[in-house]
Amino acid sequence: MNPVIKLDNIRKTYQTGEVEVHAVRGISLDVMPGEFVAIMGSSGSGKSTLMNTIGCLDRPTSGGYFLDGVDILAQSRNDLADIRNRKIGFVFQGFNLLSRTTALENVEMPMLYSHRGASAREQRKNALRSLELVGLAQRADHKPNQLSGGQQQRVAIARALVNHPSLLLADEPTGNLDSQTSIEIMGVFQKLNDQGITIVMVTHELDIARYTKRNLILRDGLVVKDEPVPNRLNAESELSHLREAHQAIKLTA
Amino acid sequence: MRIFATFRIALRALRRNKMRTVLTMLGMIIGVGAVIASVSITSGAKQQVEQQIASLGENMLLIFPGSFSSSGARLGWGNWHSLKLPDAVAIQTQIDGVTAVSPENRTRAQIIAGNQNWNTSVQGESPEYLQIRQWGLAEGEIFGPEQVRTAAKVCVIGQTVAKQLFPMGDALGQMVRIRDVPCQIIGILNPKGLSPMGSDQDDVVIVPYTTELKRINRETWLDVILVQAVSSAAMPIVQQEISSLLVQRHHLKPEGERDFVVRSQEDIAQAATTTARVMGVLLAGVAAVSLIVGGIGIMNIMLVSVTERTREIGIRMAVGARGGDILVQFLIEAVTLSLIGGGIGIASGMGVSTLLSSITEWPTVTPVLWIIIASLSSAVVGVVSGFYPAWKASRLDPIEALRYE
Repeated sequence: MNPVIKLDNIRKTYQTGEVEVHAVRGISLDVMPGEFVAIMGSSGSGKSTLMNTIGCLDRPTSGGYFLDGVDILAQSRNDLADIRNRKIGFVFQGFNLLSRTTALENVEMPMLYSHRGASAREQRKNALRSLELVGLAQRADHKPNQLSGGQQQRVAIARALVNHPSLLLADEPTGNLDSQTSIEIMGVFQKLNDQGITIVMVTHELDIARYTKRNLILRDGLVVKDEPVPNRLNAESELSHLREAHQAIKLTA
Repeated sequence: MRIFATFRIALRALRRNKMRTVLTMLGMIIGVGAVIASVSITSGAKQQVEQQIASLGENMLLIFPGSFSSSGARLGWGNWHSLKLPDAVAIQTQIDGVTAVSPENRTRAQIIAGNQNWNTSVQGESPEYLQIRQWGLAEGEIFGPEQVRTAAKVCVIGQTVAKQLFPMGDALGQMVRIRDVPCQIIGILNPKGLSPMGSDQDDVVIVPYTTELKRINRETWLDVILVQAVSSAAMPIVQQEISSLLVQRHHLKPEGERDFVVRSQEDIAQAATTTARVMGVLLAGVAAVSLIVGGIGIMNIMLVSVTERTREIGIRMAVGARGGDILVQFLIEAVTLSLIGGGIGIASGMGVSTLLSSITEWPTVTPVLWIIIASLSSAVVGVVSGFYPAWKASRLDPIEALRYE
């Protein structure tokens, strides 16, 4: 099986004034289909730069990057936009939904830029199916400000999934959420991963990383630890534990 | 990227900031509206002048007696009794492309009918006069060649004269005295309205030119010869041939001073519409300035909008929008803004001119051409003023844009 992501000695250097900042200093990485990877590290460790590179938003200074076998560094700006559209789904920390735009229209947006030529009705159907997948079909006509944080993040996940990408990239997806909602979102991710979607996620929360299958720890632009997760947590059982605990202190009915 | 979907996104973005959208459009609305309103008013005025000039007659040439010098003193046009009846006859018989000729001699005279009297212009004409002037009769008939030959004591009167002398409206068949010559009214003319110079064309009495020359005015010369050419294309040739004929008849040197002048209706029309043309040029200037001002407003707002929506642009790029998609989106937004503004401007301009014409009774006409020009230039303004902001948006770096707060 070919890797979804193949990074070969990726380096990224920023020139800020007189000083050269080495954000990433030679990372090689293979991510196989069906993997669920958490990239961790303190701020400044280079994880955002790595994510932007994997997400085809940024080009490395040197090295090689193959996504689904495609040489990313050889692509033009427009080709990169098309690859982001077809192969990658993004989930951001701040949700990044368009305000004053319904959940459904937010989910439809990536399809506007795909050159497949689906009809408006097809787009609507796809968007609804995607919302169903994250359990929000009944909120399709709600605008972001009428949704809770967890629901907004689900809409963002639905948007990321709508073009059937081979890779889901999440940048601190639980960063703005409380602990219970975070676990709910991880539950969504686990379910999607079980269906075969490859997920790469950046997080700085250790307990969130324990829901993934593989943890990568970055420090000073280098991978210092790369290991499978022992005693992987299951979001569903964790949630029921949490509910029991809440019930005990009468937090919820 | 579908144009229709982009258009919907643009409309949604414009709706999000209603007040700002309306204010931005206001620049276009006022600019285009002012242009359409003033174009409507000037072309209404122009059309009125043209109608008045057309009411003078169709394909008409006028031959006036010329100026001449007498012992060094140069007299103006019309002060010489150089035009005689045989000239008119010669024009009629010797020049091709002449369909009708009317030798005119006119005077002002007091007219008496019963206990009413009225001072008006008495014109001796040929029966073809009505054909040349495109003038019809309301009642009765025009005199015929026989009545011209016998210098019959008959007349045809204009509406104004009929109203003044016969308030009861029973003028046809009545007798009037024109300078002691009793004439029978055999016809009443249709109303003709004002001339381009504002005089009342209906204040007139028309008699056979023989009656005028022999009985009423007792002159031997003509004040003007009216000639109708067969078509407007034939007019320059007819005009030239009349000139050479009269030069020959009056024994003038071909290159020397002439004792007559031939004017065409077009010469008169040209003079009258010059003002309208000057107005038109001024209007075009005003239009250009107002469209530029409107365009600057749109560009300003689009620049603000691009900055404000940097994050949105970042999101769109992250999910796969190309630079071109973003460019088209903002361009369509600017064009939508300017087109809607232009459309409302056209409608309000037409509304204002209609309102004005109902208040002041000025005729107004909105030419379709100007509606097209206004729409097209609105679109052009949208593209031109939207391009720079849209281009700026399309060049944004997605990472920077996503980070923008």
